[in-house]
Amino acid sequence: MNSIKRLFGLLWIALGLYVGYDRIVDSVSKIGSENLENRIFGWVVLLVLTPLITGGLCLFGYYAFKGEYDER
Amino acid sequence: MQPATPVSPPSTNYDNNAVDKRKLWRVITASSVGTVIEWYDFYIFGSLAIILSEQFFPPGNPTAAFLSTLATFGAGFVARPFGAVVFGRLGDRIGRKYTFLLTLLLMGGSTFAIALIPGYAVIGTLAPALLVTLRIVQGLALGGEYGGAATYVAEHAPDNQRGRYTSYIQTTATVGLLVSIGVILGCQAWLGKTVFADWGWRLPFALSGILVVVSYFIRRNMDESPLFAELKQQGTLSKSPLRESFSDPKNLRLMLIAMFGAIVGQGALWHTAQFYSPIFVTKILNVEFVTANQLVAVALLLATPFYVIFGALSDRLGRKAVMMTGLLLAVIGYYPIYHGMDSVVAAGTLTSQSVQNVDGKKIETLQYDNGKVVTNTTTVAAGGQSTVKSEVQPATATKFWLIALIFIQVLFATMAYGPIAAFLVELFPTKIRYTSLSIPYHFANGVFGGCSPFVATWLASMTGSKFAGIYYPMGLAALTFVVGMVFLKETKGKKLRD
Repeated sequence: MNSIKRLFGLLWIALGLYVGYDRIVDSVSKIGSENLENRIFGWVVLLVLTPLITGGLCLFGYYAFKGEYDER
Repeated sequence: MQPATPVSPPSTNYDNNAVDKRKLWRVITASSVGTVIEWYDFYIFGSLAIILSEQFFPPGNPTAAFLSTLATFGAGFVARPFGAVVFGRLGDRIGRKYTFLLTLLLMGGSTFAIALIPGYAVIGTLAPALLVTLRIVQGLALGGEYGGAATYVAEHAPDNQRGRYTSYIQTTATVGLLVSIGVILGCQAWLGKTVFADWGWRLPFALSGILVVVSYFIRRNMDESPLFAELKQQGTLSKSPLRESFSDPKNLRLMLIAMFGAIVGQGALWHTAQFYSPIFVTKILNVEFVTANQLVAVALLLATPFYVIFGALSDRLGRKAVMMTGLLLAVIGYYPIYHGMDSVVAAGTLTSQSVQNVDGKKIETLQYDNGKVVTNTTTVAAGGQSTVKSEVQPATATKFWLIALIFIQVLFATMAYGPIAAFLVELFPTKIRYTSLSIPYHFANGVFGGCSPFVATWLASMTGSKFAGIYYPMGLAALTFVVGMVFLKETKGKKLRD
């Protein structure tokens, strides 16, 4: 089970990076949009949500990969 | 460093396992009533958003559009987690009771104040500025409320029935939503739609003032949480709950696991069942608006007791087993459920068709053998472009099917949500419990859960697929299920003393 947890750690890091990349690309396109609501939404996603989601997933993955959640 | 107060044995000697049941019910009632009022306050703003935008925002003004969007998104995404940070810290420093009294007064005061603000026509841009400020205060207060109520009840409840007693707090959001719908529809029926849109919308906001005063006096007479009182007496309160929550790696790991292993999926299921299902029924299946909301309200009403049932069941089977079952059933069941909703609305054989022209609109009425009536209204704009709006008045049998299918979705949400207050309380130490519980709860529910209806609607419109929207909550539920199964540890029955 501990090995699975560590492998999942890598998965969460990869997922965090993918979500970060995907959200940055999407929010940059929204920020350049003519529609004001899209622009606001883009900024909120870029500055508030993306760092928190990516940071949270990567940190969780890092702890899992390091074995901090291992059964001892 | 600990405070200089000498450490002495607590004089309270509170034994939560020998709690007087009458006192416990007073604690649950005082906490639940206040939390219902807070949810009521939060939802009436959302339900009346269109009327508020007409009253407070000038049409076609970009600044107004900005403020309007900020009011809608800001309160949920930013203010709620920020409120968790601010009031969580207060709750661990000055006490659970005083903090959730404060959040109650802030929420009630800001909601009541909305009833009194003059509109844009009277005070110009000050009107939307005041409205947005009050909405942000609402979000802050809500962020501080839940953690306080859950912690307060849990710290009084016996270890072996904590799931049961805290689950009453879990019903409050649904009850608050139902009360808000009932009050708005009642006021509309009493005053008529025109008067309601003119000034009657202020009544639901004003009512909050009365409810909050009543709830304040109920809560004011309650004692402080016994476990918090013990820590205070021993002088072992946290000096900096926020710093301790994040700087202690063990606690940070628990907050992350609570978020990704339980709350993200729960938030997605809860918001999808309560908010995306009516959007799906009205916008995608074109069921008439009032009928659709009545069906959702009935399903919510029928499912609400199950928060308590699954909360109590988690005292026997474990928090993890009940929450993970709810998540797994949603992952497996969502697609067939939404497919079923589509099929039952589409069912019927066309028996008659008529066309009328009224005020330049072409109205086509289709009658089906099962009693369903579909009205297609075609409007031709000045440029020659025509738009068709369909409205379905479903057959009686279809209504029962829709209630059943929405009920099942809410049932999955009650499995994931019913035991979660007990689980979160058991996960964190008493001295930083309010802070550590509130932050992941409001962050994950505000961001992942609150976004679910928007993302699902966006996915459906982007792909053109009726069912694309449900892949988002299904994906989040699946992720949470995997994390939860691998990483979550059972907390059932854990003693809450540090």
